[in-house]
Amino acid sequence: MTFFSRIHSLVRKEFQSLFSTKSGRMLLIMPVILQTALFPFAATLEVKNASLAVFNEDHGRASVEMMQRFAASGAFSRIIPVWSNEEMQQAIGTRDALLAVHIPADFSRKVTNGETSPVQVILDGRRSNSSQIAFSYLQSVLDVYLKDRAGAAGRVVPSEIIARNWFVPNLEYTYFILASLVAIITTIGSLIVTALSVSREREQGTFEQLLVSPLSPEMIMIGKAVPAVVVGFFQATLILIAAVFIYHVPFRGSLALLYGAMFFYSLALVGVGLFISSVSKTQQQAFLGAFVFMVPAILLSGYTAPVENMPLWLQRVTWINPVRHFVEIVKGVFLKDASPARVCSLVWPLIVIGFGTLTLAALMFRRKAA
Amino acid sequence: MKCISWRRLRALCWKETLQIFRDPSSILIAFFMPLLMLFIFGYGINLDFSRLRVGLLVEDGGTAAADFAATLTGSPWLEVHSYDSRAALERALVDSQIRGFVVIPGDFSRKVNQPGVTAPVQLVADGSEPNIAQFVRSTVNGVWQTWQAHRAEDRGEEPRREISLEPRVWFNPSAESRNFIIPGSITVIMTVIGALLTSLVVAREWERGTMEALLASPVTRTELLLCKILPYYALGMISLLLCVGVAHWVLRVPFRGTIPALWVVGSLFLLSVLGIGLAISTGMRNQFNAAQAALNAAFLPAVMLSGFIYEISSMPVFLRGVTHIIPARYFVTSMQTIFQAGTDWRLLGPDILMLACTAFVFIGLTAKLTKRRME
Repeated sequence: MTFFSRIHSLVRKEFQSLFSTKSGRMLLIMPVILQTALFPFAATLEVKNASLAVFNEDHGRASVEMMQRFAASGAFSRIIPVWSNEEMQQAIGTRDALLAVHIPADFSRKVTNGETSPVQVILDGRRSNSSQIAFSYLQSVLDVYLKDRAGAAGRVVPSEIIARNWFVPNLEYTYFILASLVAIITTIGSLIVTALSVSREREQGTFEQLLVSPLSPEMIMIGKAVPAVVVGFFQATLILIAAVFIYHVPFRGSLALLYGAMFFYSLALVGVGLFISSVSKTQQQAFLGAFVFMVPAILLSGYTAPVENMPLWLQRVTWINPVRHFVEIVKGVFLKDASPARVCSLVWPLIVIGFGTLTLAALMFRRKAA
Repeated sequence: MKCISWRRLRALCWKETLQIFRDPSSILIAFFMPLLMLFIFGYGINLDFSRLRVGLLVEDGGTAAADFAATLTGSPWLEVHSYDSRAALERALVDSQIRGFVVIPGDFSRKVNQPGVTAPVQLVADGSEPNIAQFVRSTVNGVWQTWQAHRAEDRGEEPRREISLEPRVWFNPSAESRNFIIPGSITVIMTVIGALLTSLVVAREWERGTMEALLASPVTRTELLLCKILPYYALGMISLLLCVGVAHWVLRVPFRGTIPALWVVGSLFLLSVLGIGLAISTGMRNQFNAAQAALNAAFLPAVMLSGFIYEISSMPVFLRGVTHIIPARYFVTSMQTIFQAGTDWRLLGPDILMLACTAFVFIGLTAKLTKRRME
């Protein structure tokens, strides 16, 4: 009984120190609100409002119609007409245009004669992902144009691809981002709370007082872990609510599955946070230590760039990255209604990571306490 | 009273420098973190899809279907896995084992040879990964077009494609995203050094009570400000050179610019982020809060709103407006210009002007917040 009442009072004290000041309270909520409000619009690899430079040396009907179709597609908000190669170079060089299209003088003649007419498209290699996506937009606009032309001429294409997207049919980027944000913001929140709570006590000298109290090192650990888990759950819930009710992202999977996985994820994170704070002497060290862990973990989670594009050995290394597994879980449950079997296959690495980091942290704590 | 006593300033700077070098965490951030980040951005953040995992189900035993399947499998851009049922394909897609799948339906070979009939091929992409889905679609489409062209050629028909788009990539012929991501990532590294490290320094003095001791001394506001800026400026510049060196010689990113251009742009950006970090630290007076604030006010915008991964032009108008007050935005474009295009002052000019403004604003804000008295 004393065990729980002691932990209870420590947890209460932790919450008090988190919420006692106004700026402390603000900092637990404001970033979450700000990030959920801004990032779905910012962190997108979607290509919108791009500009297309056009150098049209041909003035036949075919080229005019093709350009009109490019202009009418939503991807390009601005068409920049250029009249020479130099202007075209400049448009790309100054980033005015993401793509430039060069239509040769004999374009319409060749098209009407049934020859293949090449159109040069220049992609800005400094923005290779965007320019490739914009190029594929051009390609699909052209495909429709060619199909219409074939249809008008009474020809039938022998085969065609019928493409569909599952889970998110219109490829809304915000769905992907919000699902990933649940994992990422929770990570930042609970990691910093755990990492800094012990080192703050150490820096202010109150850690010794805790050690001479009847609390055992394990109880101190639990007392520090509970608020972090609560903060993590709270922030994740905030984003979930915003995603479902404000952004109208359909939640397809099971909430119980998501929160169950979240519990093990928080334990893994708390382990990391406590380990960092047990090896650092000051708040600065703890914060920067947490940062050195957090940034690579988030960057290599598959959110910024897919894990499968990494070299094979790095893909294996990312197995120990808890963020990677949890991002995958949230996206799976949220958007794809992942099966319990699939979630379990992603949770067991989290359990292994959590067990490892918590054990390490406990060892470090006992050494410090001794 | 004179604004600056050089002796005092030297002593204060020396004290700050000692504090930097005595704390392993600042060395970790200034020298280890940049290498780690460059390495991550060099190898881990790769937006060029080399092998997309795609499932394939061939329901048709005809030669045309087999031929198309072989073309798909032979594509260097795809890693094709064969499945024997739709259910298996769907499960693999839900479990993210594949990013999309192609189904060649039962009557494909018959229909494709029948004049006047279009034979459909079904392509399903995993929409929960929108960027990957785009690449799956365009890659499979490309393979399909090649297959059609070859087929027309083999049968002696004239090419059906009247217009072909021929892409040519400028500035970066191999289209490797690394060459533009690494110069951009240096921005994030410099933000970490400039804003995160400094967000703690003034708050720490307040928390530990050493600020009172400082204020009791004859130190002036300008000195107080300079002694916090100069050592971290030096640290940041060394780190910048380290980053550029590693990017160029180890990661083999072509560097076409010059050192003076790098110095001008780097200094202005560093001063801006130092200003942000110090302003937060001076305003908050609490390390925990300052750290959180710096993370949200400097680090996350540098990643999300600077345009080095995420295209600014794709953002809504309101956010595009916000990016204008973020110094990282100007540093990203100027670093990319310096690396890829060389020292072109005409291109760099506007960025330098904006960076000078942000540096002035944020340092000015810190100066305003720095009070020479206790509250």
